[in-house]
Amino acid sequence: MANTRTAPSGTPTNVSQKHNKGGIGESTLRPDGTLKVTGEFAYSSDMWHEDMLWGQTLRSTVAHAEIASIDISEALAMPGVYAVLTYDDLPAAMKNYGLEIQDTPVLANGRVRHHGEPVALVAADHPETARRAAAKIKIDYRELPVVTDEASALAPDAPLIHEGRDDHHAGHVPHPNIVHRQPIIRGNVEEARKRADVIVEGEYTFGMQDQAFLGPESGLAVPSEDGGVDLYVATQWLHSDLKQIAPVLGLPEEKVRMTLSGVGGAFGGREDISMQIHACLLALATNKPVKIVYNRFESFFGHVHRHPAKLYYEHGATKDGKLTHMKCKIVLDGGAYASASPAVVGNASSLSVGPYVVDDVDIEAIALYTNNPPCGAMRGFGAVQACFAYEAQMDKLAAKLGMDPVEFRQLNAMEQGTIMPTGQVVDSPAPVAELLRRVKARPLPPERQWESAGEGADVRALPGGLSNTTHGEGVVRGVGYAVGIKNVGFSEGFDDYSTARVVLSVVNGEAVAMVHTAMAEVGQGGVTVHAQIARTELGVTNVTIHPADTQVGSAGSTSASRQTYMTGGAVKNTCEAVREKVLEIGRRKNGSYHPAWATAELLLEGGKVVTDGGEVLADIAELLEGEDPIDIELEFRHRPTVAFDLVTGQGDGHVQYTFAAHRAVVEVDTELGLVKVVELACAQDVGKALNPLSVVGQIQGGTTQGLGVAVMEEIIVDPKTAKVRNPSFTDYLIPTILDTPTIPVDYLELADPNAPYGLRGLGEAPTLSSTPAVLAAIRQATGLELNKTPIRPEALTGTL
Amino acid sequence: MRVNFTVNGRPQQADDVWEGESLLYVLRERLGLPGSKNACEQGECGSCTVRLDGVPVCSCLVAAGQAEGRDVVTVEGLADFAKKREEHGHGCGTGACGGGAEGVSTDEAKQWSAKGTDSQTGEGVELSPIQQAFIDAGAVQCGFCTPGLLVQADALLESNPSPSDQDIREALSGNLCRCTGYEKILDAVRLAAARQGEAV
Repeated sequence: MANTRTAPSGTPTNVSQKHNKGGIGESTLRPDGTLKVTGEFAYSSDMWHEDMLWGQTLRSTVAHAEIASIDISEALAMPGVYAVLTYDDLPAAMKNYGLEIQDTPVLANGRVRHHGEPVALVAADHPETARRAAAKIKIDYRELPVVTDEASALAPDAPLIHEGRDDHHAGHVPHPNIVHRQPIIRGNVEEARKRADVIVEGEYTFGMQDQAFLGPESGLAVPSEDGGVDLYVATQWLHSDLKQIAPVLGLPEEKVRMTLSGVGGAFGGREDISMQIHACLLALATNKPVKIVYNRFESFFGHVHRHPAKLYYEHGATKDGKLTHMKCKIVLDGGAYASASPAVVGNASSLSVGPYVVDDVDIEAIALYTNNPPCGAMRGFGAVQACFAYEAQMDKLAAKLGMDPVEFRQLNAMEQGTIMPTGQVVDSPAPVAELLRRVKARPLPPERQWESAGEGADVRALPGGLSNTTHGEGVVRGVGYAVGIKNVGFSEGFDDYSTARVVLSVVNGEAVAMVHTAMAEVGQGGVTVHAQIARTELGVTNVTIHPADTQVGSAGSTSASRQTYMTGGAVKNTCEAVREKVLEIGRRKNGSYHPAWATAELLLEGGKVVTDGGEVLADIAELLEGEDPIDIELEFRHRPTVAFDLVTGQGDGHVQYTFAAHRAVVEVDTELGLVKVVELACAQDVGKALNPLSVVGQIQGGTTQGLGVAVMEEIIVDPKTAKVRNPSFTDYLIPTILDTPTIPVDYLELADPNAPYGLRGLGEAPTLSSTPAVLAAIRQATGLELNKTPIRPEALTGTL
Repeated sequence: MRVNFTVNGRPQQADDVWEGESLLYVLRERLGLPGSKNACEQGECGSCTVRLDGVPVCSCLVAAGQAEGRDVVTVEGLADFAKKREEHGHGCGTGACGGGAEGVSTDEAKQWSAKGTDSQTGEGVELSPIQQAFIDAGAVQCGFCTPGLLVQADALLESNPSPSDQDIREALSGNLCRCTGYEKILDAVRLAAARQGEAV
C-alpha cells in the first residue's frame, strides 16, 4: 500500500521529467482528439446493440403526493412494449440508493417528494412507443402540502420529508427536515465586534444552477448469460455507481460489470445515479439490451443541481481596514433527497470566511430537506455560494471604509501559515494578494469597442448584442474584483484513494506502457495527463490508455478538483514501482557489468536506463526482452483528514486549498438592464501545470460557468407548487460564444510540497470568483446593491 | 415510410421510419452515424448541426421525410467534403466571400501552440483544416459540442475565409459549449482561417 510521497518544494521530483518528450509540463494533445473531431468517439448515448430496446422513465407531475394507485395495464398492452416496471417489481430487499445516505427510491414507493421523481419504467422497441406507453400509465396522486424553504421546512406543523430518519446525521440535526448542520466557532465574536469601527451586514440569495452538461444522461445495459449485466454508461465515478447499483439489483458486485462510455461533460451532475439502475432493471426483466437516453427536458429532472442558498453575513473591520470578525448563517436547499448535501454543508461552512484572515468567527451552515428538486454536487460545491456572499461583503466594507476594494482584500488576504476557522493551518503557498495584484495590473480593455470599426456601432460588442437594442446610449462601464478559496479532494476524514495499474511490456522491440485506471474522463483531459506522467516516469514514448472500467480498483470521483492529484498521483506512484522493477531486472541481468547499477541514482529516459550523470546503462526494451510484462496495480492516498467537530467545527478537514482571482469588466445598458461582460481576467495558482493548454482550458471553462450564474442561469421553481418552470435550453440559458468575453489567464506555479509534482487541483476555483467579480462590476456600473444572483434585467431597471 | 437521401456523398435508404422521426434520429439510430449529437433535441444547442443541401441546420428540427432526395453532410463526412471543395477550387459556396483583412496570421494564432504527438487513436485519419485546428488549439474537451461546431465553423470559413472575432462569435452563437468557455474555439477558427490563408 503506497501512501503519499512528498517532493521538496520548488525542485523537480524527477530529473528525467525535463527530458522525456511528451512528458509533464508539455501541452501534449488529447489522445481522444481525433475521435472526437471525426464523430467516431462513442458517447454513452451513441451505444447501440442488435435487438436492443429503449427505456423510458415516467416521472411525477407533482412535487409532493401520496400515490393512491398506479394502473399500468393499458401501457403494457401496447404493441412493441416489453416491460412496465414499478416499485412492486424491484427484485431486492434494498430499494433505495444514495451517495452517502440511501434515501432515494429507485422508483417511488407510494409517495413522491419532488417534481420529476421516477415512478415507473417502460421498455419498448422504439423510443416513441416507450414514451407513448409511459403516458398511458395512470397514476392517482393525492397531493400533499409542499415544503419549499427554511420557514416551511422548520414550521411546527411542517410535513417531514423523510420520517424515521436513522442516518448518521439524524442524531445531531435540530430538525428532521435538516439534512446536516455544521457550526464553526473560533475566537469570540462578541468581544471582537467591540473592536470594529465599521460593521456590514448582508443577506444574499444564490439561485439554483444546472450543470447543463451537453451529453444527456444515457447508457446501455446488456444482460449476460450468468444472470448479471454489463453496463456502458457516462458517470463520474464507476465504483460509487457500482456500490449503489448492485444491491438494488440483488446482484453481487462482480456480476455488474461497468465500462465508462464517452462522457459529454459532468460538472458534478453525474456524481449521482440517474438512469443506471433503471436500464439494468429493464434489461434484466426483458433479457434484452436496453438503452436509455434522456432528452434535455428529462435531463433537467434527471440529475441534482447546485444548491440554491440564502446567506446571512456580518463582518466588522477596524478603520485601518483589518477584519475583526465574521458571523454567518448559510441555508442551502438540498431538495427532496440528500445526495451530496452533507459534504456541501461541510464545504460551505469551512470555506465561508473566504481567503481572508479572520480570527473570530461564528459560522453555521445547514442543508434543508424540501420538496424542491434534489441538489448535490456541482463544480465549486458549497464554496461557490459562500464566495458570492463574502465577496459582496468585502466590497461593502471597502466602500464604507473609503478604501480601494483590491487593497482592502490584500490587507486581509490569507497566506501560507494562516489558520483557517477550522483551526487547520494553511501549510503551502496561498498567494491571494498576488493573484489580486495580477488581475488588477492588467491593462483595461479599450472603452467603446463597438465603435472601433469606424462605421456604425457593431452591436455584437454591445449589451443586447444582435437584438440591436442600443448603439451605446445609456451604456455604462463597471469593473469588479473577487477572489476565492476552494478545497481539493474529498474532505472530513473520507478515505479518498485512487488506484492505477501500469503494465510495461515490449512490443515489436519497443517498450510500451499501458495505464489502466477507473478514472472517469469527462472532458477534463485526465487521459492526456496520465500518458504524460507515464512518459515522464518511465522514459517511454508509447503509452496506451486502457478504457476505464471496474476491472481495476476505484479511482474515486472525477470531482472536487481531485483527479490529476489523485489518479495522476496514483499513476505516478505505480510508475515508480514499475521503474523499480525495471531497475531490479537490470541489476539482475547487467549488474555485474557496470558498478553504476549498484551505486548511482538511476533514471529512465528516452527509452534507456541512465545514471543521473547521463551515462546510458541499458536499453529498456532490450532489458525487458524475454521477461514477463511488468504489471503492477497500487492504491494511492493523499494525507489523511479528519471530520469537523460537530459543535466547534474544528479539525484538519481538508487536503489542499486552491485559489483564483478574477477581474470583470462589464458594460451595462442601464435603460434596458442588459449586461455585456467585456472581459473576465483570471489569475490562479495551479502548483504545477502538467498540461498548460488543458490548464488554461479548465480555467476558461470554469470562469464561464461562473459568468452564467451571474447574469442568466437559474432553474426557477414555483414556490407554491415546487414545480420546475424552465426545464429546457429555451428557458434555462447558458452563455453562448456571444455572451462570453475574452478570458485572459495568468497562472502561477507555486509547488505544494504535499502533492504529486507540487500540483494544485484547479478545475473548480475559477467557478467561484467569476460570479462575484461580475456582480461587483455591475454594482460599480449601476450603483445598485444587487444581493441576488443571477442578475436579471428587472433587477437593474427597478421594474421588479 | 422509406426515406432516400444522400449522406456524405453516398445514397442512403432508411426503411420503417416513423413519420415523427427527426433527421438526427435517422442518422444516429438507423444509419449508424452517431457523430451528430443529441444534446437538446430542441434546436437550441447546435450540437446536431449538419449541412442540408449546403445549408447548416439543426438536424433535430428537420423531419426525416424533409430530407427526401436531398444532400446531407455530417461531421463524419466533413473531411471528405472539405477536401472535395479544395480540389474543385470553390472556396466559397455562397458567393458571399468577404475580403476582410481581419484574420489572424498563423504565427499569431500559434502563440498558444501545442506540441506533441498524443493522438494515438485514429491516427492517420485525414482531417479537414477545421478539425485539425480544433485538436491543435485545445478546443475539444468533452467534445459533445464539437461535431456541430465543426460543421458550422467550416461553413463560416467557406463563406468568409478571414472572419473577424465578432464574425466568428456571430456565426457560432447557435452552438452551445459548456466546457471550454469558447476562447479556444475562437483560437481554433482563427488558426484554421490563418492556415487556409497561407495555403492559398
